[in-house]
Amino acid sequence: MKVLAIASVGGHWVQLLRLLPAFDQMELVFVSTKESSATMVPGYRYYSVPDASRWNKFRLIQSFLKLSTIVFRERPDVVISTGAAPGLMGLIAAKILGIRTIWVDSMANAERLSMSGKLARKFADRIYTQWPELADEKVVCAGSVLS
Amino acid sequence: MIFVTTGTQAPFNRLVRAMDEIAADLKDEEIIVQAFEVDFEPLNLKVVGFLEPAAYTELFDRARLIVSHAGMGSIVSALTTGKPIIVMPRKASLQEHRNDHQIDTARKMETLQSIPVAYEATDLKPMILKMLAEGNPKPVPATGRFASSSLIQSVRNFINKQTNK
Repeated sequence: MKVLAIASVGGHWVQLLRLLPAFDQMELVFVSTKESSATMVPGYRYYSVPDASRWNKFRLIQSFLKLSTIVFRERPDVVISTGAAPGLMGLIAAKILGIRTIWVDSMANAERLSMSGKLARKFADRIYTQWPELADEKVVCAGSVLS
Repeated sequence: MIFVTTGTQAPFNRLVRAMDEIAADLKDEEIIVQAFEVDFEPLNLKVVGFLEPAAYTELFDRARLIVSHAGMGSIVSALTTGKPIIVMPRKASLQEHRNDHQIDTARKMETLQSIPVAYEATDLKPMILKMLAEGNPKPVPATGRFASSSLIQSVRNFINKQTNK
């Protein structure tokens, strides 16, 4: 079982690393948006992609192309992201290649799903919110990154 | 030492400016601010830009108080290490973020985790003085290193379901 795990540097990345036990005994590859994040996951294969947001379409496309290459090369069984826009790009690339996708919306989105989360909701195979009041027939709440 | 952290993305000059004014009254306290695009010349504190993970952790651990924007990275780090923290949410109306989710986060964390929130810059000074005066400020309730076991199990089950297909 091989998992590609994507998160932007900062809070998204911190939240992704808190899910590590879910990938126990699996082959795990990481993607984030700063080279230096690699030091937080020693022993794992690691890729850095350009940071992007929906406000910079050029960077977003760059990010999508780089992530498409990574997803194609790695051929994971599952792609998971805790956000933000680059993670969404990774999920889209995975979807195109027929790979299953998981979106975990950041705990920061307490009142409504993030913009990326709302888009991921349309196609991701599994989408999590960390707030019970945001769960519905499609969005699952099974707890949060805090324990 | 007070470590002020404003995240990886955008400037937050309202917080930096407030801290510079507070620093003038806290001459004996070292204050280190991690911030981008600071639009004035701070007189009383040291500003650094993006911090590598090891440097961030070093400052975070060394600080006796964290003052932060209401970002999940700082909040989760404080909860994990039991480090006292005050958060000040960014406001969309001041172009400090794309939307007001930091205010939502701050309200939730205030209610659920007893994290002190400065909703306005003017709230900061009395809160900081109070926390420092308490000597060893009360740590915020802690969390473990990982997500709740129910979330971890759910993610794991979903991944494993795929292989059996």
